[in-house]
Amino acid sequence: MKSHISTTINGDPIEFLCEPSQTLLQVLRNDLGMTGTKEGCGSGDCGACSIIFDGALVCACLVLGVEAQGAAIETVEGVAAQDQLHVIQEKFLEHAALQCGICTPGLIVSTKALLAENPSPTEEEARYFLAGNLCRCTGYDKIIKAVMDAAATMRQGA
Amino acid sequence: MSEAREFKYIGQRTIRPDGFDKVTGKANYGADLSLPGMIWGAILRSPHAHANITKLDVSRAKASPDVLAIATFEDFPSVNAAAQRDGTRRKDLMDTACNILADQKVLYHGHAVAAIAARSEAAAIEALDLIDVEYEVLTPVLNIDDAIRAEAPILHETMMTQGLAEPATQASNISARMELKKGDIEAGFAAADVIVERAYDTPTVHQGYIEPHATTVVFNENGPSMIWCPTQGHFDVRARVAQLLCLELGQLKVVASEIGGGFGGKTTVYLEPVALILSKKSGRPVKMAMSRGDVFRASGPASASQSLIKIGAKMDGTITAMQATLHYEAGAFQGSPMGPGCMTVFTPYDVENLYVEGFDVVVNKPKVAAYRAPGAPQSEFAAEMAVNELAKKIGMDPIELRLKNAAKEGTQTIYGPKLKVVGLEACLEAARSSPHYNAPIPENVGRGLAAGFWFNIGGQSSVIINLNPDGTGTIIEGSPDIGGSRASMQMMAAEILGVAPSSLNPIVADTEHVAYNQTTGGSRTTFATGMAVVEAAEDIVEQLKARAAAMWNVTAEQVDFKDGVAHNLSGEDQLTLAAICASAEKTGGQISGRANINARGAGPSFAVHICDIKVDRETGKTDVVRYTAIQDAGKAIHPSYVEGQFQGGAVQGIGWALNEEYIYSKDGVMENAGFLDYRIPLASDLPEIETIIVEVPNSFHPFGVRGVGETGIIPPLAAVGTAVAEAIGQPISSLPCSPPKILKLLMAEG
Repeated sequence: MKSHISTTINGDPIEFLCEPSQTLLQVLRNDLGMTGTKEGCGSGDCGACSIIFDGALVCACLVLGVEAQGAAIETVEGVAAQDQLHVIQEKFLEHAALQCGICTPGLIVSTKALLAENPSPTEEEARYFLAGNLCRCTGYDKIIKAVMDAAATMRQGA
Repeated sequence: MSEAREFKYIGQRTIRPDGFDKVTGKANYGADLSLPGMIWGAILRSPHAHANITKLDVSRAKASPDVLAIATFEDFPSVNAAAQRDGTRRKDLMDTACNILADQKVLYHGHAVAAIAARSEAAAIEALDLIDVEYEVLTPVLNIDDAIRAEAPILHETMMTQGLAEPATQASNISARMELKKGDIEAGFAAADVIVERAYDTPTVHQGYIEPHATTVVFNENGPSMIWCPTQGHFDVRARVAQLLCLELGQLKVVASEIGGGFGGKTTVYLEPVALILSKKSGRPVKMAMSRGDVFRASGPASASQSLIKIGAKMDGTITAMQATLHYEAGAFQGSPMGPGCMTVFTPYDVENLYVEGFDVVVNKPKVAAYRAPGAPQSEFAAEMAVNELAKKIGMDPIELRLKNAAKEGTQTIYGPKLKVVGLEACLEAARSSPHYNAPIPENVGRGLAAGFWFNIGGQSSVIINLNPDGTGTIIEGSPDIGGSRASMQMMAAEILGVAPSSLNPIVADTEHVAYNQTTGGSRTTFATGMAVVEAAEDIVEQLKARAAAMWNVTAEQVDFKDGVAHNLSGEDQLTLAAICASAEKTGGQISGRANINARGAGPSFAVHICDIKVDRETGKTDVVRYTAIQDAGKAIHPSYVEGQFQGGAVQGIGWALNEEYIYSKDGVMENAGFLDYRIPLASDLPEIETIIVEVPNSFHPFGVRGVGETGIIPPLAAVGTAVAEAIGQPISSLPCSPPKILKLLMAEG
């Protein structure tokens, strides 16, 4: 028996039907067509499906679809304002912080959560905060440089 | 290429053209395509590592209204016909078919047995219970020693070792033996003052791409069927699926989605042919995706290896002889990268007397696939560790020892050609003057250094460049972009055409919209597809000159084209590329350039890495505290993505050396098939990865490109291994240097 869920995603009111066993990641990707949030493991180990759920950074594969009732959800699709990239996104491109790009949506969302919580992270703090987001292409070097540069730029803008 | 050239765009750090879609979540990867009426496929996998299938009954599944299609090995009746038509690859084709859906025997835990399609992924997985399978469980063979001993259970009753002096007379788990020689190995050892001899081993590791294999397909009886999948080579997916299902190439269209990492692991087929069978039977589009556990258990990891290395040298550091015996696990079916392992093992050294023997061994593990410089990390790890031990033994700096024996222009390789101009000495010199090598070694830290060699390849690439009436253009290529190659294609075309890179949009076309391209691999894309892009752009330049000549009523020889502008050598007239395009209608129609090449002259890339490691003597935990990767790129088209390749390769190698390994139960069940327990490096595990790009141009490429993707994974294994050995004061011979192993070494020391 499916449940009728009302939620908010990237500011839009959204309604969907879902099975009790469906994860929020499955709902986003398969039912709502929001495939920007990626699946790398389905067990909360890789961070490719990172989203912000009522202000908290979570893996969408570890949240059930029914738990979205009444929640405010932010996904990678909501980070840029129309065609104006967020500073974090710009810095990822400038620093070549992505190669294949599959981990990038999760890392952008996690970086946003990091900088909301700690606008002036040390490099070590950034590395530990982002330790839940696996990247196999870059060795993280350029990701961390992009994150530190984004943090500095955002502090100047604030 | 002797003098430095001035470039306008090459060497800049432009923003990649596909970047916007990738940072906003708009880019579509393997699992991102859904189609109207689409259903889902799921695969039933073997719970045993080695067993005969005594019963496979799908009648209950067939009777279920939820099940829309079933596929088993029997659905490859074409295998025999196709194999006969393509006689040379018959064994290879049979192995691929049996790996995708088992035929009578399962050969590893997770081996696919049957597939079902249903209306949802959950329904398909649930329906797998309706398939009745019975097994006769056999003893699994889980490592090289077990596989090659006399009474070993045999995986394939018909497998006879190829390459023996006398033809084999009985079945074996050794599929092939290979031998390479140069000079007189006995004389070489006789001339040595000192000999180092040691055995090394490396574990089964996985490429660890973050995107699991996935595909969406539509079977079409009357037109081309469509396969959407993340692959390093969609033309080779087309060829393989066509062979397996007895289709003509024109009956299949393969679309390469964006690809979420591959590193060699996405160069074959697993789900695609099965999905197409299910689509044909159900009349519906079918999507399939592997779970992370499936990826570990049933895609293609990299070979575990055992290597015996013997090196003889004079006290002054002159190496007189190098010998290797190399065993590679192929997994369940023959075909490890033993060949390239043998060819690369000693190539960084110009030594007169060499002898290498290699063995390809089948075991009850998934069939291996390529992984970045396939075969080389295992063998070169062993060789570089032994070279470092030699340096220590004769009291010589490891860079000095390598410079004394370094491969250079004219060095006769063991596998055939003499080396052309190469950059090993330049990399060693760069290492010697690097800030890292000159920094004092901190307390409780060990430092290791190692070199690496990979051939790089060329091969077939096809490119079309279409110009638009406003002077913008599209670069249509067929090399899946796995790490930013669209940016370098754009820059190379822009350099020739003299227009801004951003005015040229590179797209990776499907198999119907561009001619054949070899798979992205072997570090070939920037070299070979880049060469095709340059040729296609030069084709356009000739046409632009002819069009301008027509407009000026002069001959094409009287027109020069430079920096995007045509000049009339007989007068003052100038026309920009955009102006010529705007008038194309009047001078003969629109302008396209084309190149179909088989690129020769790939330039080898050498690298040298330096690693500092700190070991916690109470827990055996290791920390990389400083790391520098130095590599010859020939010419770095986009330096950021070149550095990215160095860094990514280095960190994969660090993972291989320190933590990663497949752990099996005695029954052959993989016990760490997830990212929690198969631990790839995290951001918090690593320091900055310093890079030094060395540029010794490859004269066969118009801009000097060598290709940089693969070499970077080779040196870390021995650089890390040596650093750990230095830190604990004991030799290292087995990877990974995981905490339990290191602790055991430390405790044995007392």
